[in-house]
Amino acid sequence: MTLADLAAAPGPASELVLAEEAATPVERARLLEGLRGRLREMRASIDRGLVSDAKSRTGMVGWNAKTLWNAEDALRAPLLQRVQAYAMAVNEENARMGRIVAAPTAGSAGTLPGALLGVADHLGLDEDRLLGPLALAGGIGQVISQSMFIAGSTGGCQAEIGSSAAMAAAAVTEAMGGDAAASVHAAAMALMNTIGLVCDPVGGYVEVPCVSRNAFYSVHAVASAQLALAGVTSPIPPDEVVLAMASVGRLLPPELRETGEGGIADTPTGRRIALEMAR
Amino acid sequence: MSLLDVIGPVMVGPSSSHTAGACRLALLARHALGAEPRRARFTLHGSFAKTARGHGTDLALVAGTLGAFPDDPLIPRALEEAAARGLDVDFATADLGDVHPNSVRAVLEGDDERVAVTGSSLGGGLVRVFEVDGFRIDFSGSHPTLLLRHLDTPGVIARVARVIADDDVNIATLVSARRKRGGDAMMSIEIDRPLTKPARDYLQHLRYVTWLRELPEVMQGPDAAPGDVDGTPAAAGAAS
Repeated sequence: MTLADLAAAPGPASELVLAEEAATPVERARLLEGLRGRLREMRASIDRGLVSDAKSRTGMVGWNAKTLWNAEDALRAPLLQRVQAYAMAVNEENARMGRIVAAPTAGSAGTLPGALLGVADHLGLDEDRLLGPLALAGGIGQVISQSMFIAGSTGGCQAEIGSSAAMAAAAVTEAMGGDAAASVHAAAMALMNTIGLVCDPVGGYVEVPCVSRNAFYSVHAVASAQLALAGVTSPIPPDEVVLAMASVGRLLPPELRETGEGGIADTPTGRRIALEMAR
Repeated sequence: MSLLDVIGPVMVGPSSSHTAGACRLALLARHALGAEPRRARFTLHGSFAKTARGHGTDLALVAGTLGAFPDDPLIPRALEEAAARGLDVDFATADLGDVHPNSVRAVLEGDDERVAVTGSSLGGGLVRVFEVDGFRIDFSGSHPTLLLRHLDTPGVIARVARVIADDDVNIATLVSARRKRGGDAMMSIEIDRPLTKPARDYLQHLRYVTWLRELPEVMQGPDAAPGDVDGTPAAAGAAS
């Protein structure tokens, strides 16, 4: 399966993904129930994360989702507030060693539920309407994983958050009624604008910048969906965008691939926090 | 990679590669030992060596050794649980050579058994074991897996494959490695469903098979996992 195959699907792109994975009606029903279970686990992690202000192991994060969720909506942008709060809720649960759904990884777990459930709740979409989009998100992840390892240690953060944003962009587009081509181009545009992002967690902890990054890239995914739904496409074919990201991943030095030795991790304060935590 | 592997696993944070993957690698090592582990020594390589503590890799490895799956709430308190259950754990770092940056060697010892399992966490919770007791084999934990030590002699692979075929089980992958011609050898065989007990018993009593383990698949979680999570050993049928 390629992104070109997905984009050319006659109906929703998720139908092709489901057909690839489930050969019989029984398998399809089982798969959809599996996806429903994942969606409910995502929901549960958001619900816990929005009300908790328990600090993470390092104390660097843990209260941001709750703070945003309860803050005055100064910009009168309730969708933005919701999407970002949901995304951070998941990743703060993750940083507390709580229970989350990796999508595709734990460090990027907040982006997809933030964008998809954030939009769904904003507009009142019901759960059944989200199962196809969730399958499509998984299908986008499957295609990316054919070209590269989805891990910050091999491809940098672009491999994780770029994948999650691409998956989320496609899912939101399909949930909003976008056709297969629009959904896949939403993914491509999200990916194209994540290329080069490095994995530089302070002290090696999946906290800074990971928690706020999920907030930002859930918005990025929604922005991609907005462009795609309006008919904007990626002039570079989506499969070529994936190969470009994989090639940039190979060019990244080890310091910028989840070793905690470059970027934000290598600031004076980042180094000090790492030393304090190592004691 | 299945859809539910991409949208998943459901897991205790904070990292699919450094927590969930590490847990699965240790769980596979536990099953390769096939007995209750008493000592566990983990040698961490690359990114695992650099950021293990930050990602709870240490906790996840110990939890997996105790039989936990990646969604087990035991993971954050794995060290206390190990102490309570009489498991000694020890961590070291080393360069394991030209391998994936998230790699670990787990040496587990039970009362009478010892096994060394080396593998990598590939991202998103996917894993690959590429060495057991010095033999270069290959399996992913996404299927039930047979590990056999045997004598390198003509017809062993055909004989073993025949037993598996007669049990109506399909082989997904088979990798064979030997120390030297006619010497000690090992096979890893990923199969589409667990062997029946008679077939497994038959295999371990084959004359040239000196050691057999059947590892459950570890990708789906305990409910879907065939085999015994508590590690009832498919014990060594020593050559008679």
